[in-house]
Parts: sequence; C-alpha cells; structure tokens
Amino acid sequence: MAKWTILAEGCKGCGLCVEACPKKILCLDSGTINHKGHTPARMMDESRCTGCGFCATMCPDCVITISR
Amino acid sequence: MIVATRPHALTTAPTHYCPGCTHGIIHRLVAEAIDALGIEGRTIGIAPVGCSVLAYNYFNLDMTVAAHGRAPAVATGLKRANPESIVFAYQGDGDLASIGMAEAVHAAARNENITVIFVNNAIYGMTGGQMAPTSLPGQVTQTSPAGRDELLCGFPVKVCEMLAQLDGPEYIARVAANSVKNVLSAKKAIEKAFRNQVEGRGFSLVEVLSSCPTNWGMTPGDALGWMDSTMIPYYPLGVYKDRSAKEAD
Ligand SMILES: Cc1ncc(C[n+]2csc(CCOP(=O)(O)OP(=O)(O)O)c2C)c(N)n1
Ligand code: SF4
Ligand code: SF4
Ligand code: SF4
Repeated sequence: MAKWTILAEGCKGCGLCVEACPKKILCLDSGTINHKGHTPARMMDESRCTGCGFCATMCPDCVITISR
Repeated sequence: MIVATRPHALTTAPTHYCPGCTHGIIHRLVAEAIDALGIEGRTIGIAPVGCSVLAYNYFNLDMTVAAHGRAPAVATGLKRANPESIVFAYQGDGDLASIGMAEAVHAAARNENITVIFVNNAIYGMTGGQMAPTSLPGQVTQTSPAGRDELLCGFPVKVCEMLAQLDGPEYIARVAANSVKNVLSAKKAIEKAFRNQVEGRGFSLVEVLSSCPTNWGMTPGDALGWMDSTMIPYYPLGVYKDRSAKEAD
C-alpha cells in the first residue's frame, strides 16, 4: 500500500494532480483554503492509491510525497 | 521506499509561478537531473529575463541572472573560466528565440560545452502575454488580438529544427511538459543534456514545450490539452540531433 502526503500550504489548487490520477482518488478540497488562498488537493481514498506517482509527476509545485 | 518527493537541488521556497504553470515541472526535472548525476556542488545556473527570472530562489545552486537573452554568452564565460563547473542556462522563448537568438545560435555553432533548457510557452509570459516569435499561427495574444497573422508577423521560429542544421551542437531535442508520458521523456532528455556536459560532449539544448494558463486565458488542465491539440502538431517532439547516437551507429 502506498502512503500519500501533501504539503497543503504549498499547493496552488491547480488540479493537475487530480486530472493525472488514474484512480480518480484526488480532489480539490473545497472546504479548505490555505494561507495563499488556494484550495489544496486532498486524498479521498488512500487504500486505492497504487503509488504510481502520476500525481507528483504533474505537480508543478512539488508538494506531493509518495512512499510505498 | 520514497517513490516521489522534492529533489534536493530544489529549495523549499514556494515559487511565484501561477497555479498550474509548467515552469515548476521543468524546474523539478532540472533538479532531478542534477541529483541523479551528483553534480549539485559544482553546478551553476543562469536565470533569464522572463517569468523564471527569480529561478535563483528555487535551486540549491550557485545562480546568476543574465541580461535579456544573454544567458548563453554568460554561460560561455562561466564554463570557459571554470571548466570543472557544470553550467546551464534556463531561458524562455521570448528570451532565447527573440532578443537572445544570436547568443543561442553562436553558442550552438561554437559547440560550447553548456546545457540550455529552453522553455517554449509560445508567449511573453512575464510582461503580460504579448506575441512571441514562437506564438502559433492564429494564436490570440495581447498584441495579436485577431490571432497571429503570418503575412503580417512572419512565421513561428522552430528553434530545434534550425539549430540542428548547424554542425556545432551535440544534442538538440524537443519535449513537452503536458502529460505524465511526456514529462517522463522530458526527464530523460534533460538528464542527457546534463550528462553530455559532464562527459565533455558539448552544446546540448532541450526545448520544453510549456504552458502559460494565465496569458493563454485557460485553466491549467485546458492549457495542457491545448498543447496536445495545437502546439505539439506545430512543434513536433523528438531528438533533432544527437552526435553520440550517430557515433554508436
Ligand atoms: C532588454 C529588455 N527588453 C525587454 C524587456 C522586457 N521583457 C521582460 S520579460 C520579456 C519576455 C519574457 O518572455 P519569455 O522569455 O517567453 O518568458 P516567460 O515569461 O514566458 O517565461 C520581455 C520582453 C527586458 N526586461 N529587457
Ligand atoms: S500515486 Fe497514483 S494512484 Fe496514488 S494518488 Fe497519485 S496518481 Fe493517484
Ligand atoms: S498538482 Fe500540486 S499544486 Fe496542483 S493541485 Fe495538485 S498538489 Fe496542488
Ligand atoms: S505568466 Fe504564464 S509563464 Fe508566467 S508564471 Fe504565469 S502561467 Fe507561468
């Protein structure tokens, strides 16, 4: 099983990770606003994360860390 | 085991880039290449004038900034004075393909042993979205509100195709930062462009097609789609010159 973490304060809410995830388990968390005013990405179901790294590959802000 | 995380050669400073701008992906790929080759302690980066003018804040490296378009000339001086340093120029398309075209062409012709990361987003990003030499036919920009008219403004400049005609350069390739598959090939090309310098092979330039969601007036996701539908057909991806591959034949 993969462990997925995000530095939510550095996320710009661009959604590129959400679009890249083949499992569709990421979303932009409309209930949260970080100090820059962005809506950060959030993991919805870590148990389905394969650790493929596609989300991190497309993240321009390098805020996703994945381990397996 | 960590599968993905911030490379060491990047600082932890948040970038000033707009949400979804792929300058950030390209920074990461450069840092990953530097990590992979173990050259952080001897690499010097040259930031351009353009949105990436503040790149010195984002790399854990010695960095400097060149006057608009002059990064290959500054890189030439740094490399010749310190041949053991690994020197790279990071330049936008307004910087490299317009005001700095002469420096890029002659550095390539001289086969300077430097690495150039050429970020082509088909627009002047920093100054607010004016037409660049690389803007596509019909592309709407602040200075071509009815779309780029080739009869009036000329045709887009295809930098890789042009430089590959020179006898000088070692490696010329075009990649794109718009999908997982393309980012992974971009990573390989950028690492090769740095490895060539470590091995003393000579001038290596990687053109990375990049997005500017803000000035294209698109969401970050739509901007990546526009690169697929419109940009890549005009600027085909691939290796345009590779002397080491030729030697291997
Ligand atoms: C000598 C000089 N001329 C013009 C400018 C104005 N200027 C600043 S950035 C820029 C172009 C930036 O576009 P590009 O290189 O494509 O980089 P981007 O911002 O899109 O990443 C220009 C023309 C300047 N700073 N210096
Ligand atoms: S590692 Fe793969 S499966 Fe897991 S969230 Fe990222 S893209 Fe989705
Ligand atoms: S790609 Fe990165 S910056 Fe963009 S929403 Fe996902 S985590 Fe945030
Ligand atoms: S203006 Fe364009 S190139 Fe500059 S940071 Fe914003 S999206 Fe990126």
